[in-house]
Amino acid sequence: MRWVKRMTIPDFLLAAAVFVLVMVALGLVRILRGPTDADRMMATQLFGTGGIAALLLLGVAMEVKAVLDVALTLALLAAFASVAFVQGASRSDGDDPKETNSQ
Amino acid sequence: MSLVLNIFTIIAVLAGTFFFLAGTVGLLRFPDTLTRLHALTKADNLGLGLVVMGLLPQAEWPFDVIKLIAIWLFTLLAGATVGQLMAQAARRGQPTP
Repeated sequence: MRWVKRMTIPDFLLAAAVFVLVMVALGLVRILRGPTDADRMMATQLFGTGGIAALLLLGVAMEVKAVLDVALTLALLAAFASVAFVQGASRSDGDDPKETNSQ
Repeated sequence: MSLVLNIFTIIAVLAGTFFFLAGTVGLLRFPDTLTRLHALTKADNLGLGLVVMGLLPQAEWPFDVIKLIAIWLFTLLAGATVGQLMAQAARRGQPTP
């Protein structure tokens, strides 16, 4: 394997980023097959985290500082998306134990 | 010295991607919603954590390192709370045992 000697760290990080993105793409299959909403939301959560990992790898490999901020923003959005899903799911199925006793 | 850091980076990032693989396979193959949640949060926290740990020696001191650690801690917190919320949402669907 002669190419191992010529492979620098940034190349390795880019290869890792591609691998993580392939994993996330596989994880999205769960959205098609997922019986419950929670499964679909899990795939979205994995997509968020995989996206963050790939962004960080790219940012550090290409020495671009802005990409780290993009990853931070994606982390924030992924968290909000999941919380919004849970709030939506709990309100959609009629009475919610938390809401009834809070009024 | 930089050789040691590079080797550490390679090992940590490889471990991180392995956990992503394990988590994704778990997410696809596990039978029950809650077991998938277990596999997913494993991939989230450990996969991203090891990748970030592998990236630390490559990032410049101090701002990038602090930003990487901040992203990691935030994702840990978000993953933990979201895992609990999703388990609650998943359990509400089934009749309580």
